[in-house]
Amino acid sequence: MIEVVGLTRKYGSFTAVDDVSFVCQPGRVTGFLGPNGAGKTTTMRVMVGLTPATAGRVTIGGHVYQDIPNPGRHVGVLLDASAQHAGRTGREILEIGARTMGLPDSRIDEMIELVSLTPQEAKRRLRNYSLGMKQRLGIAHALLGDPSVLILDEPANGLDPAGIRWMRGLLRGYAERGGTVLLSSHLLHEVEQIADEMILIGNGRIVAQGDKKTLLAGAAKGIATTFVTALDNPALAAALSAKGITVASAGDGLRVEAEAVEVGRTALEATVVLTDLRSADGGLEDLFLELTADTQRETVV
Amino acid sequence: MTAVLDLSSTPSTPFHRLVRVELRKSYDTRAGFWLLAVIALLVLATEVVVLAVTTVQNDAIAFGDFIGAAAFMTSFLLPVLGIMVLTSEWSQRTAMVTFALEPRRPRVIAAKAVVGVVLTLVTVVVSIAIGLVCTVLYDLIEGHADWTFGWSGFFGFLITQTFAMLGGFALAALLLNTPAAIVVFFVYKWVLPGLFAIGAALMGWFETIQPWIDFQSAQNPLYDMSLSGDDWAHLVVSGFIWLVLPLAVGIWRVLRAEVK
Repeated sequence: MIEVVGLTRKYGSFTAVDDVSFVCQPGRVTGFLGPNGAGKTTTMRVMVGLTPATAGRVTIGGHVYQDIPNPGRHVGVLLDASAQHAGRTGREILEIGARTMGLPDSRIDEMIELVSLTPQEAKRRLRNYSLGMKQRLGIAHALLGDPSVLILDEPANGLDPAGIRWMRGLLRGYAERGGTVLLSSHLLHEVEQIADEMILIGNGRIVAQGDKKTLLAGAAKGIATTFVTALDNPALAAALSAKGITVASAGDGLRVEAEAVEVGRTALEATVVLTDLRSADGGLEDLFLELTADTQRETVV
Repeated sequence: MTAVLDLSSTPSTPFHRLVRVELRKSYDTRAGFWLLAVIALLVLATEVVVLAVTTVQNDAIAFGDFIGAAAFMTSFLLPVLGIMVLTSEWSQRTAMVTFALEPRRPRVIAAKAVVGVVLTLVTVVVSIAIGLVCTVLYDLIEGHADWTFGWSGFFGFLITQTFAMLGGFALAALLLNTPAAIVVFFVYKWVLPGLFAIGAALMGWFETIQPWIDFQSAQNPLYDMSLSGDDWAHLVVSGFIWLVLPLAVGIWRVLRAEVK
C-alpha cells in the first residue's frame, strides 16, 4: 500500500506538486494520469526518496522509503528506463541490481526471460537498445527483488502494441496476486484499460480520483451518446425519432443521443437487426481534458 | 497480502556488498577499465624509460627512486579515478538507481571512498612490483643495485597517493561533473603551489602563512616520513582546508541533492 498525505514540492516560487493525497491499495492497479509536467514524476520521485518533499509525507506499506532495509526487495522502481549506464549490457545492469540486493544470478535469467528479451539482446550494450527494449529491461530491473509494491513512471512509453498488451497482462497478474501497482501515463487509453483506480492530476493538484465508473458518473452531466449500426438504418432511425430521440447519421450507422440500452430496446420493438451497438466512450476522455484544461498546452475547443 | 510491509525478515544491505558492487562498477565500463589500464601502462612506460636512461648513462638509481617516478605518474591519474568513481553516477544518471536501491546515501558514498582507497592500494602495490622488477634488471645490467626504500617510503607513498585520490573524490562530490572536477583538481594540485611560491617570494606576510595553506608542499616531508612537529601541524591545517572541507561540503551536497 502506498499512502501519500498532503504532499507538496516547491521549486522556488513554482509549485510542482500541491497538497496531493491519495492511497494505492494492494491488489489493485492505480493509474496516475495527467498531462506532461503535471507533477506525476515529481510525486513518484518523492515516494522513493530521490526528491525531498517540501511538505507532507509518503509511506509505503507503513514505512518511509528510506527506512526500508534493502528496499529493492519490497518496492520495485522504474522512473526512467534511460537512467542506466549506456556502456553496460542489459545483463550487466541486472547483475549490478541483483548483487546489490543479494540475489542469485538465476534471478537475472528469469527476469530476462519474463520481459522477453533474448539472450543475445541481453548481451548488447544499453546504447544500442530501442526505447521499448529499455522499458522491458527497466521492468525486469524493477521486478528483480520480487517486490510487493511497484512504482512505474510511464512504463508503456516506447512499447509496441504487443508490448503494451504484454505489460497490461503482467501488471494485472501482479495485482491479482496481491501486489500494489502505481503506474503513470499521459495517455488515457493506456491507463483506462489496465487501472482499477485512477488519479487525475493537473498543475500539481489532484483533479479527480476513483474507479472508471465513479469518474464517469461524476462527469455524466451531458447526454449519453450511442453509436449504432443496423441492417436497416432508416427503419431504426424512424423508430427512434418516433420516441422523440435525436438521431443523426454517422458513417455507416447512426449517432443516437440516448443510452445504449434504450437504443437496443427500440431496435427490439422495431424488430431491426443490429450489427453494432456501443456507447460513444468519449466520456472519460472529455472528462480528462476538461479537468486538466487549465494545464493543457493546447486549448480544448 | 496486507497493507503493511513486514520488514522483520529483510536485513539491510551489508556494507561489504555495497563495496563489492561499487568496485565492480569502477571497472566494468570502458571508461573505468581504460583509466585503470592507462594507470598501469603509464607506470610501466615511465619505469622502462627511467631504467633505460639510467643504465645507458650508468647513473646510480635506488629502488626508492623507481617508486618515486611511479608516484609522480600515478599522482596525476589517481585523482581522476577518485573523481570518476563518483561523477560517473551523475553523468550516466545511474545515481537514480543506486540511491533507489540504497536510499541511505552516506553508505553509498562511503563504499565509493573505500573503492577509491582499494584501487589506490592496488596501484601502489603494482607500482612497487614494477619498481622491484626494474631494480632487479638494473642489478643484472649494471652489476650492482641500491635497494634503499624501506617502510617509511612505502607509507609515505601510500599516504600521498591516497590524499591525491581523496582530493579528486572531494572535488567530485563538490562539483558532480567529471570535466569540471578534473580541471579544478589540476589547478588545485599544479597551479596553486606555483602561485603560493610566487606569493611567498613577493610578500613577506604571505610567506609566513603559506606553509599553513599549501597542502601540496605540506605533503613533501611525507615522501620519506620525515615530519617534524611543525610539519605535522602544517599538514593537518592545510589538509583540513583542501581535503576535509571540500569533502564535507561535497558530501553534504550529495546527501541533499535531488537525484535526476
